[in-house]
Amino acid sequence: MQVSMKLEMKDSPGQLVAAIKPISDVGGNIIAVIHQREPDQDTDILDVQIVLELPEGRLEKLIVLLKEQGVHIQRIGEERLLYKRTVILIGHLMHTDLSDTVDQIDSTGYAEVCELSMSMPAVNERSSSRITIKALSKTDMESALAILRKVAKKKDLLMIEPLGEIA
Amino acid sequence: MKVALIGMGSVGRGVAEMIAKKDLGLTITGIADSKSGLISDRGINIAKVLATKKKTGMCGDSTIPAIDVIKNADYDALIEVTPTNALSGEPATGYIKAALNRKKHVVTSNKGPVALHYKELKALAQKNGAAFRYEATVAGAIPIMHTLEHGLAGNEILALYGVLNGTCNYILNRMADEGLTYAQALMEARELGYAEADPTYDVQGIDAAIKLVILANTIWGNGVKLEDVDRTGIDLLTADALRLAEDEGCTIRLIAEACPRRNLFRVSPRIIEKSHPLVTQGTLNALTLETDMAKEITMIGRGAGSVETASAIIGDLLFIRDCYVQRA
Repeated sequence: MQVSMKLEMKDSPGQLVAAIKPISDVGGNIIAVIHQREPDQDTDILDVQIVLELPEGRLEKLIVLLKEQGVHIQRIGEERLLYKRTVILIGHLMHTDLSDTVDQIDSTGYAEVCELSMSMPAVNERSSSRITIKALSKTDMESALAILRKVAKKKDLLMIEPLGEIA
Repeated sequence: MKVALIGMGSVGRGVAEMIAKKDLGLTITGIADSKSGLISDRGINIAKVLATKKKTGMCGDSTIPAIDVIKNADYDALIEVTPTNALSGEPATGYIKAALNRKKHVVTSNKGPVALHYKELKALAQKNGAAFRYEATVAGAIPIMHTLEHGLAGNEILALYGVLNGTCNYILNRMADEGLTYAQALMEARELGYAEADPTYDVQGIDAAIKLVILANTIWGNGVKLEDVDRTGIDLLTADALRLAEDEGCTIRLIAEACPRRNLFRVSPRIIEKSHPLVTQGTLNALTLETDMAKEITMIGRGAGSVETASAIIGDLLFIRDCYVQRA
């Protein structure tokens, strides 16, 4: 099972390792670690979000081990996909097998289409759709978008991407 | 300072009118359009020439071609404002070279020569100790070149992105605001004189890509050419796409972007938050520079128009007067 956890720990050397060690002790596998340090935060508390893969039935044990290490668990969530991006696709979406287009993302394992809005004018006219993708990490999102770009090109769809930071 | 003006279209007339109207210390000693020319070392009566041009379609004597004015008139700086030919860059490139070879300074609004022959023209100007300036080629009245050259001197420019084509910006605004189709918005833009009879150049992002090429060569000297720019236009956008963006608090804009570190040179329609500084109304242009010291700088202004473009050209002329002519 995949779990996402928001952890709170002391911002001092060794703390992050102390928090991560119990995960391997219970046979878990870390997928992503995200630090969330508030810019104006002057406390010595560190917030970390961790996404991990756990063997079934080990979660309770992990929670106990983390508490023993002095790590406070703020939240445990099912929501495993952390990065979200929205693109617009224009073209003959139905004739080019929309479910295949979506499946190309969903079948990656690291990204999925979580929302799809669509407008279909008259038959034979091009339709427009807004597709929101979630992915595990920034790199995974880039890979997912690269796949979608390729699919769009092959199916002669116009893909409009969001303007992100580019520098 | 004495100047020669080549090109009597909307931009050329704007420059002539402003030189006549404002006390800038500029005297026009040579003038030419595509059919005629006029030389007067003591200074041309601008009002009279503008009236003649309006009446006859010619500004001077049909036996005097533009190249004769460039080669024979007595002037310090050439103002080259003939129409852009993006494929050949002519006849403008020939005009510019002829002036530089006479050690005359050159100011142009013509994108063709700068996009196609940047290195060659810069080298020729340097060899002849002359200035070659082209503020008006990118983003009209926005002083982007002066900002890069002087205001941001010493900064490393990491990336730039912006709205460099007013026609596309107008069309996208109308599609978003009124739910017009692309075809309806384009027709409206034509009626208002924002779009050419053949809008290909604007709506397919070619114009924006040429401006990106000029900026990239100016900033990074990297020899980027038009064919190196990854380009998608706005002509296939639907009103529905604009509405789908709107539902998320966003809109769509044609964005030109360059980031050499990522080898990225692209013009494409993009989803952008409505509160983003690059989301401007009407035909306004906007440009963000990302630099190492100043961080982000965004400038917004008019990208076209007769007097607006004249502003950029006169800025270049007065810079040349202050930095070259007066010192000589």
